[in-house]
Amino acid sequence: MSTLQRLTARLSEILDQDSVITDPVRLRTYDCDGLTYHRATPGVVVLAESAEQIAAVVRLCDEYGVPFVARGSGTGLSGGALPRTDGVLIVTSRMRRILEIDIPNRRAVVEPGVTNLAITEAVRDQGHYYAPDPSSQQICSIGGNVAENSGGAHCLKYGFTVNHVVGVELVTPQGEIVELSDRDPGYDLLGAFIGSEGTLGIATKITVRLSRTPEAVTTVLAAFTGIEGGGRAVSAIIGAGIVPAAIEMMDALAIEAAEAAVHCGYPEGAGAVLVVELDGPHAEVDHQFAAVERICRETGAFEIRVAASAEERAAIWKGRKSAFAAVGRISPAYIVQDGVVPRTALPEVLAGIDRLQEEFGIRVANVFHAGDGNLHPLVLFDDAVPGQGERAETVSGRILDLCIEHGGSITGEHGVGVDKSRYMPRMFSEEDLDTMQLVRCAFDPKGLSNPGKVFPTPRLCGEVPGVRRGVHPLVESGAAEQF
Amino acid sequence: MSADADLAACGTTVRPAGDGDAVAGVLPRWVALPETTEDVSAVLRVAAAHDLAVVPTGAGTMLDWGPPPGRCDLLVDTCCLNEVLEHAAGDLVTRVQAGVTLGALGETLASQGQRLVAEPPLAGSTVGGMLATGVAGPLRFRYGTSRDLLIGITVVLADGTIAKSGGKVVKNVAGYDLGKLFTGSYGTLGVITEAAFRLHPLAADSRWVTAPLPEAERGQELAATLAASVLEPAAIELDRPVPGGGMLAVLVEGVAAAERAKAVQDLMGVDAEIGEEPPSWWGRLPGEDLLLSLRGLPAALAATLRVVDAHAARLALTPHVRGSAGTDDLHVALPTSSDPDRVAGFVSAVRDEIRPLGGRLTGVALPPGVAVDFWGETGALGLMRRVKDRFDPDHRMSPGRFVGGL
Repeated sequence: MSTLQRLTARLSEILDQDSVITDPVRLRTYDCDGLTYHRATPGVVVLAESAEQIAAVVRLCDEYGVPFVARGSGTGLSGGALPRTDGVLIVTSRMRRILEIDIPNRRAVVEPGVTNLAITEAVRDQGHYYAPDPSSQQICSIGGNVAENSGGAHCLKYGFTVNHVVGVELVTPQGEIVELSDRDPGYDLLGAFIGSEGTLGIATKITVRLSRTPEAVTTVLAAFTGIEGGGRAVSAIIGAGIVPAAIEMMDALAIEAAEAAVHCGYPEGAGAVLVVELDGPHAEVDHQFAAVERICRETGAFEIRVAASAEERAAIWKGRKSAFAAVGRISPAYIVQDGVVPRTALPEVLAGIDRLQEEFGIRVANVFHAGDGNLHPLVLFDDAVPGQGERAETVSGRILDLCIEHGGSITGEHGVGVDKSRYMPRMFSEEDLDTMQLVRCAFDPKGLSNPGKVFPTPRLCGEVPGVRRGVHPLVESGAAEQF
Repeated sequence: MSADADLAACGTTVRPAGDGDAVAGVLPRWVALPETTEDVSAVLRVAAAHDLAVVPTGAGTMLDWGPPPGRCDLLVDTCCLNEVLEHAAGDLVTRVQAGVTLGALGETLASQGQRLVAEPPLAGSTVGGMLATGVAGPLRFRYGTSRDLLIGITVVLADGTIAKSGGKVVKNVAGYDLGKLFTGSYGTLGVITEAAFRLHPLAADSRWVTAPLPEAERGQELAATLAASVLEPAAIELDRPVPGGGMLAVLVEGVAAAERAKAVQDLMGVDAEIGEEPPSWWGRLPGEDLLLSLRGLPAALAATLRVVDAHAARLALTPHVRGSAGTDDLHVALPTSSDPDRVAGFVSAVRDEIRPLGGRLTGVALPPGVAVDFWGETGALGLMRRVKDRFDPDHRMSPGRFVGGL
């Protein structure tokens, strides 16, 4: 019997039969997350229902030295939840209770399988919402958001998951259940845990901060003949001291795809559209709207539409929100890239992407969070044409190089996962990565929690160097003597 | 070679320590004055070779915060790491060396109409000091604290390793966020040498609405109403110089601040006044030498203050409470002349009683005679110890200044 088989045999001590999946056909349902070109059938799948179950499963993994991977809704785009064929996949989607809504303290306590949007839906009537809004918010889980430190279109003004989670109960890679709270003294392990992509343990209970629904929201769609005009408008808006809730931009190819897919009806002839959303007190939003409208006209917008109602706003967002899937209408296959550059470097980087398109004969549709310089180039290719897939991969990688050259990052919100670990050494020195590894070793000395993700080369943690304090554990347990 | 000789040869100015260099009463032997991250690395390599205990310092305004170090051989003074490396106004980002004072940084940023919204309460504090202590000002209610604004950090570990994480873009999830780990770590993991922050535009206009508070319940009720209000105040601060009475001050920022302040005034009642300047106590600590941090849940503010008052009355102490009522993140100061045993009794009793309410009382600055667990209980101490053991295996960085004696 393999180690994994021995472990699997003992899962029945912890879980009901219907909570453990070993059937090869059913296992294949879990062979990838949102990054579908990386696949691995998990050794065994566990559908957990409580922190205690997860802790017990993780302790078994620790005992047998078997790796484990946590998975929420499986919508991640960097392969962070890619299973291990020799390991356990711990799925949290059955843990979807909202445990507590506490409006006076502006917080809610939820299980990790609760979807992002479900939190907002539960508190909307009471004038509150949960601010981070990744595009997948209807289905993505809050546990996954914590693992990835998810953002969303509105993080320009409101920040990321790490700014809105005030407490986490987690199962450490050694199977302990630990509470992290932003009120407790000590190291900000909460901040270190959020965004660690499942490599420091599994969140089993999450306390989120709720935000007040803004009094007014105005969404503006501005059409430009080319991307340069849109870029000038973004600079001028920021330069005017305005921090919109969101500033999104799409180029001609992305608009074409969105039109083909959802008929969003963006202004004809637009080489770029800008979506600017302003929110806050009425008096502030009215003023900012006037300024944004003036700036867009001055920078060459040929058409401006304004949405004040929820329906009109949805119409403007429809094209933007469907953009990723929409490129499927104009291309048989595509890679969704996620890179970041300082906002002012956007024109240069976009020019660089144009050059790459020409050099490799590969089309790139650009959709981006223009306010914070987060690019989502969609690299289009036809997998039926020999060599095109490889060329698309090359272009996709070169775009990340461009981001790094301009002082940016290889990922703004999708995570490193399995997809980009090889790019980490281009952004960070060996010392940087070794130092991050110290955190990993503190939490997960055996390297069993989502191994092979984030970091390029797994390292052994070894014993903590330095002066040993107290009696050696082997001596203490009577297994060894010191002379 | 002796430590003296190695320090002299490491390429950085090192001087013998004087009485003014004591850290919470513990006198170091040397003070190093590095000018670059590489200088700090060279100094720390010497410290590692000679088993020297190291305490980093900036302007020294908060150097006595935390328990005294168990030992302190070398003070690493970041005063000469004082350059604003970059202010990319178009990107709303700045990169600075850790020894830059917040005042100097504020001037640089303001010249381009921008600001770092974290504004610690002590004038002259450095960026490094703000990060190491995690202390925050009134705007934490709307914008969070320095940990929420920090987007990149460079640190030097106990063995001299230079490491960075994050970068200079606002949105970035590549790798672990060492900045979070180092913020509020009281110098126990290494020396912070550089930091990058996201910035905000200066407020177009500001108004402060202040009202007297007859009792704690009214403060909690008002803070809750304001926090849940669509008027979006930037800060909600409480000042309570003596048990019972006090003031609530609310900051409204934006082009329409004057108009919104009127609406805030209506909510706060007939006694509320609108001003174009902050009240004199705004953004300052209620005291310096005997200071505690009181954190909790906003809806438990009144109950927490009742606990404070009850034990203050029992022990004949006069606590001055001030801070963010919007986030229930407050400071409590006691007169330096307070009896140390009574202070210890006060801390233990209040700490135990507010814990079930979700509250935490921790030391910030305590005179040596106050015999009490400085930090109190914390969750995850085991994990914290493991982190400390990895980063500083010999426990030479600010030893003993942090939770659990780390």
